[in-house]
Amino acid sequence: MASLRVLVGCKRVIDYAVKVRVRPDKLGVVTDGVKHSMNPFDEIAIEEAVRLKEKKIAKEIVAVSCGPAKCQETLRTALAMGADRAIHVEIAEKEYEGIGPLQVSKMLAKLAKDEDANLFIVGKQAIDDDCNQTGQMLASYLDWPQATFASEVVVEDGDLKVTREVDGGLETVKVKMPCVITADLRLNEPRYATLPNIMKAKKKPMLKKKPADLGVDMTPHVEVLKVDDPPTREAGVKVESAEELVSKLKDVGCI
Amino acid sequence: MAAAMLTRVRCAVRNVLPASARIWQSSLSGCQQSTMPEPLTVLNDEEQLMRDTVRRFAKEVIEPRVKIMDEASHMDEQLIDALFQQGFMGVEIDHKYGGSGLSFFIANLVIEEIAKVDPSVAACVDVHNTVVNTAINNNATEEQKARFLPKLATEFCGSFCLSEEGSGSDAFAMKTQAVKHGDKYVLNGTKLWISNAEHAGLYVVFANADPSKVPECNILGEVGKGYKYAIETLNEGRIGIASQMNGLTQGALNHVIPYTISRKQFGHSIFDFQSMNHQISKAVIQLEAAKLMTYNAARLKDAGLPFTKEAAMAKYMSSETASWVTSKCIDWMGGLGITKGFQVEKYFRDCKVGTIYEGTSNIQLNTIAKFLRQEYAE
Repeated sequence: MASLRVLVGCKRVIDYAVKVRVRPDKLGVVTDGVKHSMNPFDEIAIEEAVRLKEKKIAKEIVAVSCGPAKCQETLRTALAMGADRAIHVEIAEKEYEGIGPLQVSKMLAKLAKDEDANLFIVGKQAIDDDCNQTGQMLASYLDWPQATFASEVVVEDGDLKVTREVDGGLETVKVKMPCVITADLRLNEPRYATLPNIMKAKKKPMLKKKPADLGVDMTPHVEVLKVDDPPTREAGVKVESAEELVSKLKDVGCI
Repeated sequence: MAAAMLTRVRCAVRNVLPASARIWQSSLSGCQQSTMPEPLTVLNDEEQLMRDTVRRFAKEVIEPRVKIMDEASHMDEQLIDALFQQGFMGVEIDHKYGGSGLSFFIANLVIEEIAKVDPSVAACVDVHNTVVNTAINNNATEEQKARFLPKLATEFCGSFCLSEEGSGSDAFAMKTQAVKHGDKYVLNGTKLWISNAEHAGLYVVFANADPSKVPECNILGEVGKGYKYAIETLNEGRIGIASQMNGLTQGALNHVIPYTISRKQFGHSIFDFQSMNHQISKAVIQLEAAKLMTYNAARLKDAGLPFTKEAAMAKYMSSETASWVTSKCIDWMGGLGITKGFQVEKYFRDCKVGTIYEGTSNIQLNTIAKFLRQEYAE
């Protein structure tokens, strides 16, 4: 087959290992000087696309990212993992703070049409805002079928058979292409970019665009009122016996 | 003989300074803002990306195996394969031979990052990159490079076989002989303390040869220059060891400093006692100094400038710092420091070889003194 053009969304987020700190103005978290990486679910999305290409199902992988200039580092990682080219929609830092899945999914939808994509894979959610909306909104703007929370993707008679992780267990669905897939944790284990591939990625093309080029309205629709730390957990107490435990639980109204 | 050798090497390098290095020097004297050199510890985009890549691999792939490998006294072969797949074993080897085609400085970042997590794995990567690959890259013919470098970049671990029972610091006392028998060469002798030996697919063996009996296609470089090649290779190798030792020291501190903050005695974090945090600050100062010396030596090498003395100083400083700091780390952990439940005792064990291999601390002092003798001679 080897005819599919796969687009993959790659969001730059605060690295999963960083201890996130609330900003003094309580309107966001500290990002200056904080290590950022590709959203781990998007890494899984890229890996899946690369595997489709290795199986000769996909012809070309285009990694896309919407955000400040530093998103290009994230796209370089995607290119080093095996994407063929990248598109960066540059959004100024200040403007980026106000937007969310709504604006991003509109931009991705326009790119999907412009690039004549057959498949769009994104992570099921980003680990910074935990929105879990971009893939779904993208499918609806494109009017494409969607298979979310994918833990297995196989090609069957030109359609995709996708195993989804749902609350009660697994659900298997069949979707026609073009379609949107959102990657769950167990879809695959992403490879590490190798040093030679990181070097080769520097030579791969990266197209730069602006939101205006895509005709997307960037007006914020959601205002952040306050960001708070989770309440600090208080120290527990030791009890001598099961009876004491039960009476304590009764005292606090747990049983 | 060694002194004369080192002098010649140094003069030779001076005479063939690459144009880039000369421009760099002249821009320094001109003090133009635009061409000012970056601070030593500032990494360019490429260096930063490579360091972050190795750091993540070390944390996610190497760290879970450290204890298992240590208990078994055995390197995990799957891990060695993964090191090759990631391009960590051919950092400086040219793309055309399947290597990563990166700088010597980046090879040092790779070693430093791995050593933070497991100095033993770092030793394997260090010897392979900065000694074996270097020996082939600097001394082999084009035909030999085409034969060996692709293997060294992708599958063969390498060993550098110099030491013998009676030949350690005194490399001239080597007894191994290379004798031609028909179209084969028989190596007679016993080598000792050979890093990577049990995993290696390629061995660079130093032996005394009869020049009339050894044809050129089967030897590395010119017959009779083996000692020079060994010394020159080890000059670069010493910077690699310095990087290993700095990573090791940082790794030990990364375990211990959080412990001193969380450990409470007399109602306070033990870190908050001045007697403790002054000691810890001194350890961090020592490490910073060692790191600056090592980065400088590595950047000198990449710039094509003389670096032998700086390499010896960096190796001395880093390995002595590692010995001192890891010993203090155990003290700061108290009783826990000497148990195997915490990794600090491994860093303490692993650092000991640092003042011994690729030239003992005394040999580094000899090298430095030779330069001083010459610099201050009338």
